[in-house]
Amino acid sequence: MSDSPAIAHVAEDAVLDEHPSYLRHHFNSTEQQADTANFAMWLFLVTEVMFFGGLFTAYLIYRNWYYPAFVVASHQLNVGWGTANTAVLICSSFTMAMGVWCAETRRRKGLVLCLTLTFILGLVFLGIKGIEYSEKIEKHHVPGFHYSLQSFVDPASDPDIAQYHDKPLALDMARHTELYFSLYFAMTGMHALHMIIGIGILGFMIFRARAGAYTSGHVTFVENFGLYWHFVDIIWIYLFALLYLISRHQ
Amino acid sequence: MSEHNEQAHHIVGPKVYVIIFFALLLGTGLTVWASFLELGLWNPVIALAIATGKAMLVVLFFMQVKYSTKLTKLTVFAGIFMFLTLVGMTLADYFTRAWGQW
Amino acid sequence: MNYLSKENGLLSWLLTGDHKRIAILYLISITFFFFIGGALAGLIRLELLTPQSDLMATDTYNKVFTMHGVVMIFLFLVPSVPATLGNFFIPMMIGAKDLALPKVNLLSWYLYVVGGILVLVTMITGGVDTGWTFTTPLSTHYVNTNVLSTGLAVFIAGFSSIFTGLNFIVTIHKMRAPGMTWFRMPLFVWAHYAASILMVLGTPVLAIAIVLLALERTIGIGVFDPTKGGDPLLFQHLFWFYSHPAVYIMILPGMGVISEVISTFSRKRVFGYTAVAFSSVAIAVFGFFVWAHHMFIMGVSNYAVLVFSLLTMLVAVPSAIKIFNWVFTLYKGSITFETPMLYSFGFMGLFTIGGLTGVFLGASGTDIHLTETYFIVAHFHFVMVGGMLMAFLSGIHFWWPKMTGRMYPEKLSQLAALITFIGFNFTFFPQFILGVLGMPRRYASYPPEFQILNVFSTAGATILGVGYMLPVLYLTWSLKYGAIAGNNPWQATGLEWQTQSPPLTENFTKMPIMDHEAYDYEWLAKQQEKEVASVG
Repeated sequence: MSDSPAIAHVAEDAVLDEHPSYLRHHFNSTEQQADTANFAMWLFLVTEVMFFGGLFTAYLIYRNWYYPAFVVASHQLNVGWGTANTAVLICSSFTMAMGVWCAETRRRKGLVLCLTLTFILGLVFLGIKGIEYSEKIEKHHVPGFHYSLQSFVDPASDPDIAQYHDKPLALDMARHTELYFSLYFAMTGMHALHMIIGIGILGFMIFRARAGAYTSGHVTFVENFGLYWHFVDIIWIYLFALLYLISRHQ
Repeated sequence: MSEHNEQAHHIVGPKVYVIIFFALLLGTGLTVWASFLELGLWNPVIALAIATGKAMLVVLFFMQVKYSTKLTKLTVFAGIFMFLTLVGMTLADYFTRAWGQW
Repeated sequence: MNYLSKENGLLSWLLTGDHKRIAILYLISITFFFFIGGALAGLIRLELLTPQSDLMATDTYNKVFTMHGVVMIFLFLVPSVPATLGNFFIPMMIGAKDLALPKVNLLSWYLYVVGGILVLVTMITGGVDTGWTFTTPLSTHYVNTNVLSTGLAVFIAGFSSIFTGLNFIVTIHKMRAPGMTWFRMPLFVWAHYAASILMVLGTPVLAIAIVLLALERTIGIGVFDPTKGGDPLLFQHLFWFYSHPAVYIMILPGMGVISEVISTFSRKRVFGYTAVAFSSVAIAVFGFFVWAHHMFIMGVSNYAVLVFSLLTMLVAVPSAIKIFNWVFTLYKGSITFETPMLYSFGFMGLFTIGGLTGVFLGASGTDIHLTETYFIVAHFHFVMVGGMLMAFLSGIHFWWPKMTGRMYPEKLSQLAALITFIGFNFTFFPQFILGVLGMPRRYASYPPEFQILNVFSTAGATILGVGYMLPVLYLTWSLKYGAIAGNNPWQATGLEWQTQSPPLTENFTKMPIMDHEAYDYEWLAKQQEKEVASVG
């Protein structure tokens, strides 16, 4: 026939006894398929680690070079909003993990609830981010758009940071606050983009979950999306620590 | 006939998730409180240590790496290692510039 | 019935999940871009016939060499072997029906095509002139050319590469047939595994470098701008963190081809299989630690220069190990000189020269004098064209019968290989001398005393062009008029040779079991006896 008789073969009917509709033809078993998808998602997350890695590298360099500017600039971020957002994302990771458990234990209604809560919490995060960004826009702390050094050369003139008793920065050091905000917007912006994509996929998943797609044994999509969502949470954990908590002693 | 892949062999239950959830919130409170203290060089060390602790909890339990195959653990390690190489070797250049000519 | 004849119609190709069809789609598109890059090279060599910048304005010349680099590196060399031969043969070599993620594979091709089209659009709308390295602050502040669209094209093509690498890693881990242990896989697969690690871990850093470049260029965020406290060198760190591993992404798959071809045409198992396999992984790992040797004169600290220079010396060792192992494979083998073998011999000699000159450059003392001269140009063309491109041609000729079911005309192809080898040496060897004499790279004009060597180089390039055109012509000819190839015209040992040419869509009629070591020619001889016995 077409294969050489030279190679040994698996016996005809030893390969499969069940063919779930979701088993793709090039896999031998649902186990292999699920394993493969899971590994593929982990590899993708590793690429994301390296992608954000470039931003973290830039941040660490300039924080080291311009520490006073970074301290004063970071005071412009509201630690209340930041902490709230961190709590929001932690909650959303919890609801997402619970969602995976519901899928694994075939709890359709539970899954829908968990995904919906995760979705809402994601939107809350973006909403708070929106509030923070609009504050930055109002105070002209957006690099490249009429960036203002006022709060940095004369901290006393800014009531928002009164509790920190910042000393005025020299002009050249004050200019470097723009670098802090460049990195702030680049890093939180990139993170927010990933959140938006995640929320979009969550919306799709809620529809499918209601139809029972993930609670009849095929949990791969939910599990792997969960990995993505937790990863985005981890990025925020580090962003919060690095951007908001540089030095808040008063 | 087994429908469980290696991940779901060990289904992590709500009890574990709740404990981790509260641990993460606790860690958040801790790191915010620590940032208001004047600890000099230790401030960033503590902040990053707590962040790493939180991240590890998410990775091990929410992402189920604790119950995963060696391959998954190796992949996570490879990602972290490569990230540290990028950051570490690049920063090494910047830190040693100030050392001057030998 | 085979993967080519199974379904007809454009959509069956454009929406295919079959890794073999996707490989053919890639083959057509990368050949197209190769000739675009080649035409640009022709323009460079034409300009350099005379010392003055008289064929084109210097600004135009800058655009020509930039686009030549961008096209050749991102649209040809990076995907060349992996996306064509890797896509086609990795599943077959490990006994799988397809790659792990067929839809992602198709997506990879579409991303490549979009990136390629963007590059073409960039060229037509004025080009970019920063050099393929996009050095800041030139690219962020001082040029008015299409940096952003080129950056976007490279970003998109980069994701094509990431997804290919991701697919390969998952496939090799999860889709091996029963009995196909890691150390029974062909070394071609090991080479692609190592290259895929580089693709997955390195390319994202290029992606973020481009994002930051775009933000710097549009909004002026200051990350690379000294007037705002930024460091232009940061861009280079991020850029070369990918672009150095990129050269290993380019060469490792070619080395995988060489392992297969040398073994087959000396009828001998590859000497030191384990060493070759581990050296591939070692190249991948060490390749991540040496990037700043592209930055010795750029302002990194002396200590960084010291460390990176030392590490660069180390990374040469695994490559040398491979060359030694291939030579020992040849020793006491039954050597024949079919076209794939000729190209492989060319590879071994030219890659050795190119690699050695890399060691000269890794020593920071010599690098200070040789960097940014034609020595560098010669070095990377020896490894990439004398090395990688020859390996690609070797592989295309080796597996052509399997992919198409046809043989190409042997005498003509051997002639083309010889023409290519001669043309290559005439083109690029003089450039080593030019570099040592001090001719800078990326210059349209040069001192008159360098002209004779430049004329040699251009003459060589003409011969080289003929050498590259011939395969396109006779390989296309062979599709209709070539002799019908059997299952295994080379009597090779891989699983892909144990099935029909061209293969079935699902590769094998039944799932194979791997019950012998790789490159087991005794096993092959026994099987052929069995086949003869069963027919007779």
